[in-house]
Amino acid sequence: MNISTQSSGAKRVAEELSRNAIPVPTPETQHFWDGTAAGELRLQRCSLCAQVFFPPRPFCPACASRSVEVFAASGRATLYSYTINHVQPRDQPQAPQSMALVQLEEGPRMISTITDIEQTPAALVLDMKLKVAFRQLSESIWLPVFKPDTGFS
Amino acid sequence: MVRAAIVGAAETTGHGRIPDLSALGLAADASLNALLDAGLTIADIDGVATGYLSPAELAWYLGIEPSWLDGTSIGGCSWLAHVRHAAAAIEAGLCSTVLIAHGESGRSFQGMPNYNMVERQSLSQQFDAPYGWTGGAAMFGLPILRYMHEFGMTEEQLASVAVVQREWAAGNERAIHKHPITVAEVLASPMVAYPLRRLMCCLVTDGGGALVLTRADRADHLRQRPVFLLGSGEASGSYLTGIAQVDDPLRPGFVRRSAELAFLSAGIGREDVNHLMIYDAFAHTPIWGLEGLGFVEYGEGGPFIEARHTAPGGALPMNTNGGGLNYAHSGSYGMFLMQESIRQLRGTADAQVPNASISLCHGWGGYLSACATLILGNQLP
Repeated sequence: MNISTQSSGAKRVAEELSRNAIPVPTPETQHFWDGTAAGELRLQRCSLCAQVFFPPRPFCPACASRSVEVFAASGRATLYSYTINHVQPRDQPQAPQSMALVQLEEGPRMISTITDIEQTPAALVLDMKLKVAFRQLSESIWLPVFKPDTGFS
Repeated sequence: MVRAAIVGAAETTGHGRIPDLSALGLAADASLNALLDAGLTIADIDGVATGYLSPAELAWYLGIEPSWLDGTSIGGCSWLAHVRHAAAAIEAGLCSTVLIAHGESGRSFQGMPNYNMVERQSLSQQFDAPYGWTGGAAMFGLPILRYMHEFGMTEEQLASVAVVQREWAAGNERAIHKHPITVAEVLASPMVAYPLRRLMCCLVTDGGGALVLTRADRADHLRQRPVFLLGSGEASGSYLTGIAQVDDPLRPGFVRRSAELAFLSAGIGREDVNHLMIYDAFAHTPIWGLEGLGFVEYGEGGPFIEARHTAPGGALPMNTNGGGLNYAHSGSYGMFLMQESIRQLRGTADAQVPNASISLCHGWGGYLSACATLILGNQLP
């Protein structure tokens, strides 16, 4: 019996995931997506305990204060860890691409992808410096991605 | 004190590829098998638990009139959490006999529930799915490179997990993959999500299983040698958006929390455990488990497995059914962990560990964002 990750079930999951790949904001996350459309990576900071946090929510996950502010992050980050995904949906075949855990300069980590660089273990070096960029997915949604920070922008 | 015992346990009749049953049908099939195993009937059951499917629907489908229900759905470990909850409910007198069932058509995809993985507008849909997330490997594997970087684990050590588990699988009639493999073959298998290769990834199968729990003082009169829940824990660290948000993905605090709860409630130490089941969705997750549970120090899990301590003949037999890599994995693997622990404690496993008396079962949920830990034994303390 040939049972592998290429079963019809796995393919169904991959296709379902790829169909849902354009973010649809909620009221609590709208400011984040307004930010990316304006070319900013917006995070939140607690006005009481100064905790910086992501993903968006209208209170501080460290101290439960509802007094929180939105601010534009530097967009600077380092590469904490990653995978290079070779599993692609049948209806949207594409080259293997990185899925990354990115360590933001302000503290939070986020999942993203690294662009403008070869998608290989040799090119993608842990702790490399990164800078946010924005990829347009639809009329209103711009996705934050990261590229090597060459020092010029 | 009233204690709970597992008095019935069975998997689905079919195994691996079962295209003629839906997820609900598989849960029902396993339930009927578990009742038969226990020598009990539908009328004996007054509590029902299942994950992702509705416990109310399953109860009604089987003709059960429940007065206790649990639909906890926190990933593949949900069914371990159900055992913990059901035992507490039985001990508190809320119900007397609970059916915990799992059915999943992971391969044939018949009647599958919505997992809410990328529900429109969910945080995962907004912040995970857009990055080419096409399944488990890319997301589950995210912390591995950091771990290799920090602790010096080699790809050969990661591959050795798959090799050792294949050795266990060879002794299991129902294992899907049984032929031996080598580290070189694992490292030559196709890349799925670097650094995870095909032979480091779990199966995708149809199937499931069910358990029947009742008061330990009733168990003596029933058909099977009872298996007792000696201790348990459960914990979560984030949600699918996931391991990115766990404070330290290499030393996740929630895993240790679940482990400490389990060992404290069982009143035993790590050295008392003589059989281990740790959820292997991918080759690295038993390493995270060995370390998080405190069997080895952080960073030592890879060398520990490579040195054959968990292999046949080793001091700490682990994943003796061959694991999710070789035996079965329908999407949620937790029920299969418990079935093998119970077989070992009954002395009826295919790859029987001599004198197995205390088995620890540890499951993951949501790509390493939640977990549950059970300590099972074949004698009361």
